[in-house]
Amino acid sequence: MALLDVNNLSISFGGLRAVDDFNISIEKGELYGLIGPNGAGKTTVFNLLTGVYKPNEGIIRLDGEDITRKSTIEINHCGIARTFQNIRLFKQMPVIDNVKVGLAEHYKYSTLEGILHLGKYKKVEKEMDEEAMRLLKVFDLDKERDTLASNLPYGKQRKLEIARAMATNPKLLLLDEPAAGMNPNETGELMDTIALVRKEFGMTILLIEHDMKLVSGICEKLTVLNFGRVLCQGETKEVLADPEVIKAYLGE
Amino acid sequence: MKINKITKNNLITYGIVVAAFVLFTVLASTGNLSSHMKGLLIPMTYYAVIAVALNLCVGILGELSIGHCGFMCIGAFTSAFFSKATAEILPSGIRFFLAFLIGIAFAALFGFLIGIPVLRLKGDYLAIVTLAFGEIIKNIINAFYIGIDKSGIHFSLKNAMELGLDEGGEVIVNGAMGITGTPHDSTFTIGIIVLLISLFVVLNLINSRDGRAIMAIRDNYIAAESTGINVTGYKMMAFTISAAIAGAAGVLFSHNITTLTATSQYFGYNASIMILVYVVLGGIGNIRGSVIAACILYLLPELLRGFSNYRMLIYSIVLIVMMIVNWSPKIIEWRKRTLGRFGFKKNSGKEIA
Amino acid sequence: MSFLTYLINGLSLGSIYAIIALGYTMVYGIAKMLNFAHGDFIMVGCYIIFSVSAALGGNSVVGIILAVILCTLLGITTEFVAYRPLRGAASPLAVLITAIGVSYFLENVALLIFGADIKSFTSVIKWEGLSFAGGQLRIQGVTVVTIAVSVVILIALQLFINKTKQGQAMLAVAEDKGAATLMGINVNKTIMLTFAIGSSLAAVAGALLCSAYPSLSPYTGAMPGIKAFVAAVLGGIGSIPGAMIGGLVLGIVEILSKTYISSQLSDAIVFGILVVVLLVKPTGILGKVIQEKV
Repeated sequence: MALLDVNNLSISFGGLRAVDDFNISIEKGELYGLIGPNGAGKTTVFNLLTGVYKPNEGIIRLDGEDITRKSTIEINHCGIARTFQNIRLFKQMPVIDNVKVGLAEHYKYSTLEGILHLGKYKKVEKEMDEEAMRLLKVFDLDKERDTLASNLPYGKQRKLEIARAMATNPKLLLLDEPAAGMNPNETGELMDTIALVRKEFGMTILLIEHDMKLVSGICEKLTVLNFGRVLCQGETKEVLADPEVIKAYLGE
Repeated sequence: MKINKITKNNLITYGIVVAAFVLFTVLASTGNLSSHMKGLLIPMTYYAVIAVALNLCVGILGELSIGHCGFMCIGAFTSAFFSKATAEILPSGIRFFLAFLIGIAFAALFGFLIGIPVLRLKGDYLAIVTLAFGEIIKNIINAFYIGIDKSGIHFSLKNAMELGLDEGGEVIVNGAMGITGTPHDSTFTIGIIVLLISLFVVLNLINSRDGRAIMAIRDNYIAAESTGINVTGYKMMAFTISAAIAGAAGVLFSHNITTLTATSQYFGYNASIMILVYVVLGGIGNIRGSVIAACILYLLPELLRGFSNYRMLIYSIVLIVMMIVNWSPKIIEWRKRTLGRFGFKKNSGKEIA
Repeated sequence: MSFLTYLINGLSLGSIYAIIALGYTMVYGIAKMLNFAHGDFIMVGCYIIFSVSAALGGNSVVGIILAVILCTLLGITTEFVAYRPLRGAASPLAVLITAIGVSYFLENVALLIFGADIKSFTSVIKWEGLSFAGGQLRIQGVTVVTIAVSVVILIALQLFINKTKQGQAMLAVAEDKGAATLMGINVNKTIMLTFAIGSSLAAVAGALLCSAYPSLSPYTGAMPGIKAFVAAVLGGIGSIPGAMIGGLVLGIVEILSKTYISSQLSDAIVFGILVVVLLVKPTGILGKVIQEKV
């Protein structure tokens, strides 16, 4: 059974079918790419998967569970974490606290214990610190643990967003244009990071990307969207060689 | 390392409060404080308390409230009602403690109830609705008549006569005339203790799982949601705690004066804005700053008494100039350049709490 | 008949709120700031008319003209000295607090010059008013003039915004300051013009307010200012017809609830209306809904 199974997903905004009859099936451990020209509806698909928008039709199943009508928060608890096209960090908070916010669902103590700093507080905070540091090390952010997120350089902000998403311990990670605005060096580094996340956590990843070098370099499978519809789907090499896809990208 | 730094920072904050307490107590007991100044000490503590409460709402939760004095008003009236009704029955210590519990509980309850509609709004719309609720609370309390006699509590929205009290019954809340004769239970020491407790609650909250969630919502609610944070729940929590602390300030307030009335001067939007001034000048999100700013700015007009009629004028000019000097992007840039020339390094990162 | 009288009184008070709200809504829409001192501009205008009329032996026309001119200058100066330096500040609260400082400043200057005692303001409108149904329904002159003036101002503003170059520039700045700059619009000048218009409207509102409610003190402008702001929010802040509707609704509700429910609770009812409207329509009656893109 596929980890993510999406059937006939559709949504309209005032008569415009932004996503139309979208289907995708992602196996556990796969690295899957979602590509397509600007305005094809890629981010809308992410917003549908994470409950930001509710679809008009279709079913989304994660690990067999129907999550179609669940809220963004519930969907995160079910196991989907994401990053954003325009980075959305907790800017006024230190790097480590960004990750600890992500950990909060799995390391609990009561509000009263939190206010009094008693009971499980000390023990759980210590565990969170350790886990957060372990994650930050993976992303090479451990030296910046006390830096405010807004003071990080661009590339590290992207990494921190992935680290925060990973802290929620997801089954599926959605990356929305992780290489946007990066130079080739940074993109290379990002590809290493994504590869590392797969190796370290055995993570299933769906990513939106325009950088063809990145897509062809790391994605195993691709879905191409055009005008909200699936144009082509399959193994990366085959998809990229498809004349329809080339036409959509380069025009006639 | 970092845990220590936060703990150290918090200890400094408590230390400043304790040092101020010792300083003023010594000054008072050695006769170096005028009776006028002595009268300002308790108000100073409750304004510091409500400034801490408002900073939790504005700086930590990131929602602008210009109606916080409404919660102070609720705390003041519910606790004063209780204290006056039980003045003959209970010993003062227990009575005042219970008065605190009641004032805080009612302020929290109203914070929660008002929070439900208010927190659905955003930005300036949210701010104006908090202002509206502050005014509504003040207005309704002004129209309340409550009396007690042998047969129980009587209530009216028209006038004291409508209560129909027995002989020997007593009007406790007398409409716009408010509550007269609340026992004077507030002392400077109790005020300082309440301030320390408020600081303890807020500073600890900030450094907990819940506090981080609240600040995450402030920084980016969309990201907070997709990180699994219960945005509505944490907003309600922060707003309710903030209202509760404002209620505690109200208890100190009402047990420090003879006649408690819901006037604009103390509970209207102007009063709420004055607290907001403390918070902004002390540093948005900087709890220690709020306490210091509240104390200094509360005392400032009083210290300017020598200038008699000009004092509020001077205060307003100081306020405008301080805001421009502290916040103008051009001036900040100029300051950085000038300081850089003298080899100062700019502060890395803003301090939170 | 008495209900009709109250309704017309409400309409008149609402028209005053509307004129003030127009100033509020323009400044908010274009400069994106809450000018808390706006209500105090009203008070300044009233004192100018009061002083000039007293000096000239009761001639209020000169007073009104001077009040409009001086309030306009005051608005421009305030914007230049106190608000402009804070444009682009890290927190929008900075300029809000500064506006509060300006409000304190104006109130205390008035307090120093005129004292705290309430001055009795002589109506600038000498006309007796209209009488209908054999004197059963009387409408005061000031009521008729107030309603007429507010309608004229509304139409003039709509024409100005939609038909002139400066008006279009204002819309552009309201939409996006950065893009407006790139289109060659002088943002500073446009905001200054907005303040000039808003402040001159405050002077007009002051003349009408104090003619209808002839007691003048340094705090005269504060509450009408806040209510007008509530009216602007009610109508959908940034919208000119919205400010008009909001003002009228507020004025009518206030007068009717004072008359039929309780004068004690009328303010609570007025603010209550705002709460209810915003719960149903979170951006006011005519406000635009802006959704954040994810």
